[in-house]
Amino acid sequence: MTTDEQKAIESEIYAFIGQEVYPPTPAADDINEAMIRQWAEIMGDNNPAYLDKDWAAKSIRGTTISPPAMMYVWGQEGFQVTKGRALNAMSNLVSVFDKHGYTGVLGTNVKQEYFKEVNPGDNVTIEMIIDNISERKTTGRGTGYFFETLSTFTDQRGEKVGTQRFKVLKFIPQEQPSAVATEDKLDVPTRIASPRGHDNKWWWEACDDGKVLIQRCKSCQTLRHPPRPMCGECQSMEWDSIESTLDGEILSHTEIHHPKIPGYQYPLVCAVIKLAEGTNFVANIIGCSPSEVHIGMKVKGVLEQVDEKTMLPQFYPA
Amino acid sequence: MIANVKDKAVIVGIGNTTFSKDSGVSELSLAVQAVKAAIDDAGLKPSDIDGMATFTMDNNDEIEVARALGVGELTFYGRSHYGGGAATSCLHQATMAIATGMAETVVVYRALNGRSGHRFSGGVAGDITTADAIHWGWYMPYGLLTPASWVAMFTQRWMHNTGVSKDALFEVAHSTRVYGANNPAAFFYGRNFDRAEYDAARMIADPLQLFDCCQESDGGSAVIVTTPERARDLKQPGVSVLGVAQCAADNQEQMTSFYREEFAGIPEMETAAKNVYAMSGLSVDDIDAAVIYDAFSPIVLWQLEAWGFCGYGESGDFVKDGALRTDGRLPTNTHGGQLSEAYIHGVNGIVEATRLVRGTSVNQPAKTVNHALVTSGVGIPTGGAILGKMD
Repeated sequence: MTTDEQKAIESEIYAFIGQEVYPPTPAADDINEAMIRQWAEIMGDNNPAYLDKDWAAKSIRGTTISPPAMMYVWGQEGFQVTKGRALNAMSNLVSVFDKHGYTGVLGTNVKQEYFKEVNPGDNVTIEMIIDNISERKTTGRGTGYFFETLSTFTDQRGEKVGTQRFKVLKFIPQEQPSAVATEDKLDVPTRIASPRGHDNKWWWEACDDGKVLIQRCKSCQTLRHPPRPMCGECQSMEWDSIESTLDGEILSHTEIHHPKIPGYQYPLVCAVIKLAEGTNFVANIIGCSPSEVHIGMKVKGVLEQVDEKTMLPQFYPA
Repeated sequence: MIANVKDKAVIVGIGNTTFSKDSGVSELSLAVQAVKAAIDDAGLKPSDIDGMATFTMDNNDEIEVARALGVGELTFYGRSHYGGGAATSCLHQATMAIATGMAETVVVYRALNGRSGHRFSGGVAGDITTADAIHWGWYMPYGLLTPASWVAMFTQRWMHNTGVSKDALFEVAHSTRVYGANNPAAFFYGRNFDRAEYDAARMIADPLQLFDCCQESDGGSAVIVTTPERARDLKQPGVSVLGVAQCAADNQEQMTSFYREEFAGIPEMETAAKNVYAMSGLSVDDIDAAVIYDAFSPIVLWQLEAWGFCGYGESGDFVKDGALRTDGRLPTNTHGGQLSEAYIHGVNGIVEATRLVRGTSVNQPAKTVNHALVTSGVGIPTGGAILGKMD
């Protein structure tokens, strides 16, 4: 890119700094329990302060509150957004970037700040401006500019509830433009999968189908885990398998604190488990505090999808 | 009984590079620096080397090391597998080559950028389908993928079985760090360390905390081994290999032998110990000092038991009165060990065991060290050696 082109785009985009994206707009719905319940379910947030009226009555607040992180939710357009949005300063800014070849888009961070709690029956007003645009940056994704919007949330009394800063990178895609052209293609890390070869592929495919199998020698019936091509007892290469009931007892355990590997959920407890069938097996213990895990503890395994790509047996206190 | 190679091979040169967290040079550079230092220590020339023994895990091909140093022709090169289990296995390979006449002068080396390059704490991963990679696959999806976490699993059960407490782990961690504080080459040189700092350090994998773990290090170590005949003409007093053995025990996995009837133990080291004692004609009472592989504090305790310094579960009592300290029954890891000198996969331990017999350790015990034990990593196929003064 030449300096002239850089000057041309910068003279256009920097003019957007400070422009209003949304004027102060009250949410269509007041804060209500139905939406809080759906949000809390989806987020897996069981904080009783949001929905448990009896609990809340005894708390220092005396009443339930809206989850602070929901403040941006109340002003969302809902289904009507599928018919398109009215043009505003942000969509105009995006068009300028696209016109100059900065077609890539990546939401890089959201920062919320909370000043005041709000309750069912209150109404949240949102207003948004384009707060700042960076100088030209070279990033791993490509050359581009970060722009940041600032949303301010107030209640029906005009008191400030919170703010949200949302930073977006608009950039010239370098490689595989289709892969980064939309925000929903961002990869979420998953657990490191086992390699699959001749000797173990069948086991992991059964695991994908929700079963934990134990290899059994067809000749002498000895069970063996992990799977191997030959029976160490009688040297037979003929084998079949049985399905484990996943009843077991912990022989040893450790809670992994450091390093924390992307794709794993912490706290993370691993254990050696003696299965009822007699073979030992390594897996995670969940469903209790790590401090409750102990040698001799009876556990029961369940096949679970632990992330987008991974099915694994997870063991709970029996 | 396995073959006897007592007094067939003699350590005549030792060398370490500087140990650091970021060497700023290639692993090959570290390897040739360490080997050159060992050659100089022996009073030899690079062209005197005709054999090499290193780890399968080492990234420095023998021919690259040879070419960089100007070694010339090699008639023996053999690698040992299983991570730190290879430390004394390389000495075992060198000794066999010399005893059989396959080579006359063999260098054992190991060099790595273990902190600035690939870190063991980063864990195992991979999409290859070797038997080794498939083995790790039984643990990776659950997040059990670092050396600390594997050792923690054994430690938890061993402590449960024996009642040995963190007091014993601390004694190992502390005694080696006191040695390290007095060793200018050690990471812990000049550093104070006490129980409060030990207890306050972050948990790595329960029950192992930061100071139960070794140093991730950049560096290289090497030792030169040759025939007794050759050794007599060289600069340093010869340190003879009185016994050396390796062993992989029944139902062994690499760091994850969780499928034994009782997995809180190291039967592979017990067998190696039995064979080294038989070969050398020595017993536990003859061992004056030791360099015991210490990637993590508890594994020192298990090895004290495997080598017969005490019974199973008794190592906590054995160490608590200071047995590992300089005036104790068994001064151990006098260089500071891998916990506080540097983690060069145990080869810096062979260097230190040689110094103990020469009488040149920076923390040399007051008593005469006629026999020093040195061991390889545990949880894996492993081994050990007893070194002594050449007749």
